[in-house]
Amino acid sequence: MTMISSTVPVGASFAAGSELDWAQSLVPGLVVLDERVPPNAPWSGVVAAGQVLTIVDVGGNQSGDCLMYNTADHEERYSVPDTLTWEQNAYVSTGTVLRSSEGRPLMTVVGNEIDRHDTIGGACSKESNTLRYGHHVMYHHGCRENFLAEASRHGLGVRDLVSNLNWFMNVPVETDGALGIVDGLSAPGRRVAVRAEMDVLVLVSNCPQMNNPCNDFNPTPLRMIVVEPS
Amino acid sequence: MALSAPRDQHTTDTVLNARSDARAQGGQSTEWMPYLPASSSPFAPAGTDPASLVWGEVVAPGGYTHKVVARGTRIRFDDPTGNACANLVVYNALEPTERLNVADTQKIPWQAYLGAGHPLLSGDGRVLASIVADTSGRHDAFCGTSTDAWNERKYGDSRPEGPTPSGRGLLVKAAAKHGLGRRDLPPSISLFQGVRVDSDGQLGWQGSAGARTYVELVAELPLLVLVANVAHPLDPRTDYVVGPLHVHAWRGRATGPTDARFGTAPELERAYLNTIDYAEARGL
Ligand SMILES: [Zn+2]
Repeated sequence: MTMISSTVPVGASFAAGSELDWAQSLVPGLVVLDERVPPNAPWSGVVAAGQVLTIVDVGGNQSGDCLMYNTADHEERYSVPDTLTWEQNAYVSTGTVLRSSEGRPLMTVVGNEIDRHDTIGGACSKESNTLRYGHHVMYHHGCRENFLAEASRHGLGVRDLVSNLNWFMNVPVETDGALGIVDGLSAPGRRVAVRAEMDVLVLVSNCPQMNNPCNDFNPTPLRMIVVEPS
Repeated sequence: MALSAPRDQHTTDTVLNARSDARAQGGQSTEWMPYLPASSSPFAPAGTDPASLVWGEVVAPGGYTHKVVARGTRIRFDDPTGNACANLVVYNALEPTERLNVADTQKIPWQAYLGAGHPLLSGDGRVLASIVADTSGRHDAFCGTSTDAWNERKYGDSRPEGPTPSGRGLLVKAAAKHGLGRRDLPPSISLFQGVRVDSDGQLGWQGSAGARTYVELVAELPLLVLVANVAHPLDPRTDYVVGPLHVHAWRGRATGPTDARFGTAPELERAYLNTIDYAEARGL
């Protein structure tokens, strides 16, 4: 096959020699799905009630921006405020019940190998990048782009994008309300496992951001493994 | 509180009598109602020119309201009792897919707590509204508003027509009146009842700053405003306590480069530039 050259600027990927640990499901069971998400790319999959999705942070400190929808009624979707209110906590960790816009459990964190995950900071986007970094970054890729592209495969659109969850991303809220994305708490091969409490469509953006530490300035793959627990 | 008068006070046996009976009910006032024209509001904020008022309303406890206002409109929320809780969602009225994005509203200014100078950002990198005055300082952008599930667990009832309506139930109806559905309701913010985060991430109730505080917004684009005045989900009181909410708005000017707040932070300045760019291109 001839190599085709292109003048299109594409997003950064991980540096040669980066440590990658693909790990395994955090929960034993029959594997029903096992997919690798390249850096910068979107992913979606359905996790049936009772099944457990393990997300592997293959290269460490790679934000996996995530939205969830009830497959039977996409109008019922992940809700940051409902999750925070029922937990009375601003961070996602072991045992956190991820709730829907109707206050119902969508998924529960049943396994977790890092201190906490973020659900305050939202997704990066071309538009918010212009606010954060300047208009020169307008043609950088962003998670909102991934969400829109992947959502469209399920009949969902811009009206369906809401505040999301960021696996492996670290956003501390200080006592004076100051908050921001800072260096991550994860490492290659660290995992989180979430059990579906209903049939859930999961959208993930393997965050392409190169202007802040949410991907350690080195975007790496994610591995998505769904098991029927044994 | 029964809203209808007893049967024997009405003569409604013919169309003519029914019409007379209905017409005799006009001209009354009550504690919570819109005032038309807005200049007739008895609660208009001091110093406002009555002729410039475009919205004058007292929102009932457990009530909701909604309006489309022009770019530049100044909107004021007053909490006369210390028990109001204004749960807000705002949209670009011209393209309601552009709507409040609470994550960007907290992340872009590097500040989770709302206050004077804070922009209410859309997901499109623009300022939908600016908070330009705030005498309360007790607000919340974490918890959103109550759902039916929450109020059923907390109070045993969530019906919008009942004594303990959920905020979401009311916002669903307000949105529906503008052709918007459940999928169009993003996370909301609330004014006048504060929540603070401790070092473990625990969300602590701060509550009200007391009676007679207010918040003023400037609409930076033509704005659809949805407001539900319901008890905050973390309000520790076992009773459903919420006070009336005053809403007034008057004609004004959107934020521009000559305003001090325009350039107070680089993120904010670019957000205003994006907003002005959109408005100029649309001929607003
Ligand atoms: Zn991102």
